[in-house]
Amino acid sequence: MELDREKLLEMYRKMVTIRRFEEKVAELNARGVFPGLAHLYIGEEAVAVGACSALRADDLITSTHRGHGHCIAKGCDLKPMMAELLGRYTGYCKGKGGSMHICDFDRGILGANGIVGSNIPIAAGAALGIKMMRQDRVVLCFFGDGASNGGSFHEGLNFASIWKLPVVFVCEHNMYAISMPTKKSTSVANIADRASAYGMPGEVVDGQDVLAVYEAARRAVARARRGDGPSLLECKTYRFRGHHEGDPGRGTTYRSREEMELWEARCPIRLFKAKLAQMGILDEELAKGIEEEVSRAIEEAVEFAMASPFPPLESALEDVYA
Amino acid sequence: MSSREITYAEAIREALREEMARDERVFILGEDVGVFGGIFGVTKGLLAEFGEERVRDTPISELGIIGLSVGAAAVGMRPVPEIMFADLLPLCMEQIVNQAAKMHYMFGGKIKIPITIRVPQGAGRRTAAQHSQCLDAWFVHVPGLKVVAPSTPYDAKGLLKASIRDDNPVIFFEHKMLYRMRGPVPEGEYLIPLGRADVKREGSDATIVATSLMVHRALEAAAELAGEGISVEVIDPRTLSPLDRGAILGSVRKTGRLIIAEEACRTGGFGAEVAAIAAEEAIDALDAPIRRVAAFDVPIPFSPPLEDYVIPDKKRIIEAVRSVV
Repeated sequence: MELDREKLLEMYRKMVTIRRFEEKVAELNARGVFPGLAHLYIGEEAVAVGACSALRADDLITSTHRGHGHCIAKGCDLKPMMAELLGRYTGYCKGKGGSMHICDFDRGILGANGIVGSNIPIAAGAALGIKMMRQDRVVLCFFGDGASNGGSFHEGLNFASIWKLPVVFVCEHNMYAISMPTKKSTSVANIADRASAYGMPGEVVDGQDVLAVYEAARRAVARARRGDGPSLLECKTYRFRGHHEGDPGRGTTYRSREEMELWEARCPIRLFKAKLAQMGILDEELAKGIEEEVSRAIEEAVEFAMASPFPPLESALEDVYA
Repeated sequence: MSSREITYAEAIREALREEMARDERVFILGEDVGVFGGIFGVTKGLLAEFGEERVRDTPISELGIIGLSVGAAAVGMRPVPEIMFADLLPLCMEQIVNQAAKMHYMFGGKIKIPITIRVPQGAGRRTAAQHSQCLDAWFVHVPGLKVVAPSTPYDAKGLLKASIRDDNPVIFFEHKMLYRMRGPVPEGEYLIPLGRADVKREGSDATIVATSLMVHRALEAAAELAGEGISVEVIDPRTLSPLDRGAILGSVRKTGRLIIAEEACRTGGFGAEVAAIAAEEAIDALDAPIRRVAAFDVPIPFSPPLEDYVIPDKKRIIEAVRSVV
């Protein structure tokens, strides 16, 4: 899959969409309109967009509690997504899932998961199903550095390896599992080093560089699709907000302002914008047009969600069993 | 219908073989299920018949076994994982309770998770505290799961086939001490719908609701009590969830007395749920207090006399019936 002008601009548009969508969620949260927990993806946009851009529409992803970015990158509609976040009946899950459980099977989103690491064996299982059905689809599994210390990670990667499953594991290493820094929690300097324990390629990637993520994901996806088995990509990134909205000082109880500023200087959207400008693909006028277009789409999504009804109470008792 | 008799293990194997032949999405995975034929020999011969893609030996990785089953089911397969002992279910509780049971609901009805987890449970083999438990009641407490516990070869086959065809996650509890039990199983295909109890013996003076191995102890007790002129009805729910409340309440209304016999420990158990249903719905029909016969609230001890003491036997069931008739 070569990156032509149109595809590059689409990637940029998606990154901007994620950023503005999350800023809107933060605003709704601050206004008290947003029920429950909001784990925002701001700062990590290059990972979701780079990785998902290497997938076909019929490929699958599994997502995490910090999943809005993955869903937008894989092509979710903003309207049912925002409606779900606000607990409305028109949402992706009829208001039963919320922020941590967006699912859009038609777009290949097998579901976001609120239990850290549990989507890893599930992704391997989806890849097993695909392989047994003789399909050439690939599953891409997002998870964080925190998940890489849990049993699900190790059991999932071992299974994927022994059965050569078509799955790509993408670790979003944002350096903190809530407040626990990786250097205190993790036995290796790079989570990608763990790939060798499972006999699969592991690669450290600059998670702020969307093209670097794309290239690494493209290689891993091609390998999976060829039937050569799984890979582990570790994308070094940073969340610019706190663990959740409400994390004091956006996380200053466990990380320094200096560190945060250092990472903010490497904003993935700003970096990509400069790159596209350098390539002669994006100028200020076009960028402004994209911003306006994205803002409009998000406003429409909010209007749609706010105008949507809450689910009827009897629906709480439906869909327990298929 | 032929009157042949086969064992409980053979009945389960037949159900697996028939469902695998019928639907290529059905496959087996678990520890030692292939070459070894399963720790209790239940899957013997299936590897030769269906090949290693559909009879998958796995590492010792229960969380992975169920996690992979959930993922495979979500994309359209119908996995039938085996967990070697019920005591190992805590290792994969997360995938059963937080994933398999909830995904259909929390994704707004979009994804179906048709998994049948086969798992042997129960005491009697002198395998001590970590290989002898009955944990079926835990799963009855989880909305989104179905829980099946057959007591005869006939029920095992028909219920397993129905479980595999069900679009929901089913925990299928087999009792270790029943694997060699023989019973009539027709040659032809049949299904037993989930959620329907069976009257194993009709009676008029008292109702025993018994599950799994305890069905047989209850039947022995009923036979002995018949000699004393006490007529006992034995109801086997067969499916603990969804529960056939109608069958239980109907019998209680007929006999006016309820005894529940279960192998798991007493507190917070399945028997408590049955007792509560009877108290809520049919207290007017009860002529005596409800009695629960269950294991004592202790881990299963190793030493044979201790194990036999902890698990309910015929004598305890008889005493419970006598105390209310």
